[in-house]
Amino acid sequence: MTDARPPLGGLLTRDPRVVAAGVDVLADALADQAVPVERVDWRPPPPGTEAALAAVLGDPGHADANAEAVQRMTTARPHLVDVRPASEVLGLDRGTFLHAGPPLEWDRASGPMRGALIGAMMLEGLAETPRGAERELERGAAVLEPCHHHGAVGPMAGVVSPSMWMLVVEDAEHGGTACCSLNEGLGKVLRYGAYGPEVIERLTWMGEVLGPALRAAVRRHGPLDLMSVIAQALQMGDELHNRNRAATSLLLRELAPDLAAADEVPRDRVAEVLRFAAGNDHFFLNAGMAASKACADAARNVPGSSMVVAMSRNGTDFGIQVSGTGDRWFTGPAGVPDGLYLGGYGPGDANPDIGDSAITETAGTGGFALAAAPAIVRFVGGEVPDAVAATQRMYEITLAEHPVLQIPLLSFRGTPAGIDVTRVVRTGILPVIDTGIAGREAGTGQVGAGIVEPPSNVFTAALHALAEIA
Amino acid sequence: MSADWVEVRRGGYRDSVTLMRVSRLLAERPDVAAAMAAMGTDSNLELLARMGFAVPAGAGPADLVVAIRAEDGGLGAAREAVDVLLAEAARPPDGGGVLGAPPAPRTTASAAARGEASVALVSVPGPHVFPEAMDALDAGLNVMVFSDNVPVAQEIALKEAAARRGLIVMGPDCGTAVVGGAGLGFANAVRPGPVGVVAASGTGAQQVMCLLDAAGAGVRHVLGVGGRDLSPEVSGRSALSALAALDADPGAELIVLVSKPPAPQVADLIREAARRLDTPVVFALPAPGEDDLTQAVEKALKALGLTVPQWPRWDPPEPARVPAGRALRGLFAGGTLRDEAEMIAREALGWDLQARGHRFTDFGDDAYTRGRAHPMIDPTLRLEALAREAADAACGVLLLDVVLGHGAEPDPAASLAPAVAAALRDRSGLAAVVSLCGTPADPQGRDRQAEALRDAGAAVFASNAQAARHAVALVEGVPG
Repeated sequence: MTDARPPLGGLLTRDPRVVAAGVDVLADALADQAVPVERVDWRPPPPGTEAALAAVLGDPGHADANAEAVQRMTTARPHLVDVRPASEVLGLDRGTFLHAGPPLEWDRASGPMRGALIGAMMLEGLAETPRGAERELERGAAVLEPCHHHGAVGPMAGVVSPSMWMLVVEDAEHGGTACCSLNEGLGKVLRYGAYGPEVIERLTWMGEVLGPALRAAVRRHGPLDLMSVIAQALQMGDELHNRNRAATSLLLRELAPDLAAADEVPRDRVAEVLRFAAGNDHFFLNAGMAASKACADAARNVPGSSMVVAMSRNGTDFGIQVSGTGDRWFTGPAGVPDGLYLGGYGPGDANPDIGDSAITETAGTGGFALAAAPAIVRFVGGEVPDAVAATQRMYEITLAEHPVLQIPLLSFRGTPAGIDVTRVVRTGILPVIDTGIAGREAGTGQVGAGIVEPPSNVFTAALHALAEIA
Repeated sequence: MSADWVEVRRGGYRDSVTLMRVSRLLAERPDVAAAMAAMGTDSNLELLARMGFAVPAGAGPADLVVAIRAEDGGLGAAREAVDVLLAEAARPPDGGGVLGAPPAPRTTASAAARGEASVALVSVPGPHVFPEAMDALDAGLNVMVFSDNVPVAQEIALKEAAARRGLIVMGPDCGTAVVGGAGLGFANAVRPGPVGVVAASGTGAQQVMCLLDAAGAGVRHVLGVGGRDLSPEVSGRSALSALAALDADPGAELIVLVSKPPAPQVADLIREAARRLDTPVVFALPAPGEDDLTQAVEKALKALGLTVPQWPRWDPPEPARVPAGRALRGLFAGGTLRDEAEMIAREALGWDLQARGHRFTDFGDDAYTRGRAHPMIDPTLRLEALAREAADAACGVLLLDVVLGHGAEPDPAASLAPAVAAALRDRSGLAAVVSLCGTPADPQGRDRQAEALRDAGAAVFASNAQAARHAVALVEGVPG
């Protein structure tokens, strides 16, 4: 059989075009000859990473492994299929609580994480008072496990207790399942660490009314294509992390007829549910997070792949997981977001970064799609060109442009998708993450919103781990 | 006969404007009678039915439906065009959108994704070469690695990765290449011609290409392979693929392989490979008993049926005379040019050159370039050495090379000619000989450089071997 490819990729027959990385004088010499040159703005990686980079990038299967991982993530087709209590869908026992981020013990938990756990103890009837809940938690009466260890994600504190209802998302392409709790709205809410009576009251209503009603609507509707909602919302000004207004509207548009038609939901309850959901611009966030989790999980455990499959924070640590290193966490200190504050709050009131919601950036939306959401760029620190620049910078550290998620402002370019650990280390460009800001004192709630970056050491640690097994 | 084709792509959301444009471009194809690409909404499905297509079962508003009616022969091509058009719709136009160009690429992978490049030129520090070179190979680009200090294990890994992809790694430590008329690294502006060059030596390649140019023969391509390619460890991996590629190139009628003398077992391997090619190969491996570079070029010219010219030389106004017993001091920028000159001097002056005070220094050697630019870019070190040698009463002949071309100093004679003139003015019995490696089309202008150096009192030669022989003759007392 003859090889149809020209020798050396056509080097000797095509008009030369050159990519130049390194000293300018050589690129200048080509430009002087009118040869087209694409110059790399190259800068040295951190000292001590040379051997690990060579080991990982020199693994003959590395490029294919990353191609497979990002292909799996971007071809996932997450559908909302059900709404069920965590006790049923996750088999969560009384006394066990899930939380956002990498593993964490009570002793190291931050204010909002403690507040959310206190509230969840009271919701589950495991304590009468906040003080009583705190004492129980202090003596280790509760089991704490990361959401990510159960195929789940939760925004901010991400605390899930057995009686909370979960959105259940299935990937119609690869068969995975992912869950996320229901969104409570903004302000004084459990996920921001508030646990006052109104918080518990709302959660109780969500369990008694909202969850069953949504279950009836979703089951009547049948599997609801979340990628389609996300793709359309991106073209309507959402970035699917700090802005979910369009996606929430689209989701309600899909579900409202089935909710109205569900015999088991009384009319007044239908109105309550629709009013609650419509009054919360972040109602879709949790569905989008479960969808992102399903996409990212489809890319787990590809041997040799250096693609990030989870970025997550527990209010104390920032952690990532990588496709080629299984369930291992690489952690560093969570940073304090840079952003705008509500009312009289300021940076001094802010807790370090918290939440599983960076799963959206992991899957190619959120901060990576900032250019799609000009309406919120001031809120997250800048003007429209800054948002465009942020998204464009993310192409430098990602493996693909998402085939379905497109950004109108960038002439429908796909969003940057699939963070490559080696690219992050080589360029020093850190993922940009949109986030809400929780108050550092337990019980405060939300104090602002902004942008945060992971600590760079998590990526170098992951690189070294990949190098050991390369 | 026309045929219908209807496909449902689950979850492939695109906005309607994009899809209407794709539909129109499909319908405009000459052999397409009707076409539609749309999301499977009720109204779109109705439209599809009205167009006479079978409405696919189970298509919903979140699914992309593509329907084409085309002549039998055109259906396949139209189906392929769907993917191309959808991909084009997702590609940013030049300039990257409404808000200006995207920021500069930060990795070779990112740069390679922005255009249809054929080769990456990597000159980052040696320890950082591997990721950039691997990026290029993964993107289907050949690589020229200008940098040195790349670990040999990485060189082998890169060359093996290149072989798996049908590509070539030129280098590491590859100073010179010419592909498709473009000079990469240090390269001379040579006329196009029938000779392909495979080079494990940068300045050796430049000498060969300049002499071929001077003879009117010209050069097809020059593929550098790096100074270590013909070592026993690397075993000629790139040289073998360069030979095969040039052999397959109908424009290369003859190949010259130029290198410092390789390890014997590698030399055997290369000669054996060369024997199996359809294209004749001339070896330029300057070693005692072998052809020097000029002789190798002359052999190539004869094989092509061309006349060997008188190699250009520029004699100084006054012939020089050097008293007996004086030493020859060679100050070189090119390693291979230095080695060739030393070899010629040895043949004439004896094996114990050093003992007689003759010295040949390569200022391009790692020892002189650590932390500073190559002498072909920055002449400072060599000019200092020139002044030192001229002040040494034992020194009778200064032998210098000057290498022109892309990437080299813009006007080397501007600093060298006055330095030579001053040295000759201050010392009787001192002669200067210059080996000038360049072409009339080089940015520095070979003839202008030659005339300035000659006017300063130097004897200037286009052939390095001739320059070395002239210098030796001066030392031996022959006036010239």
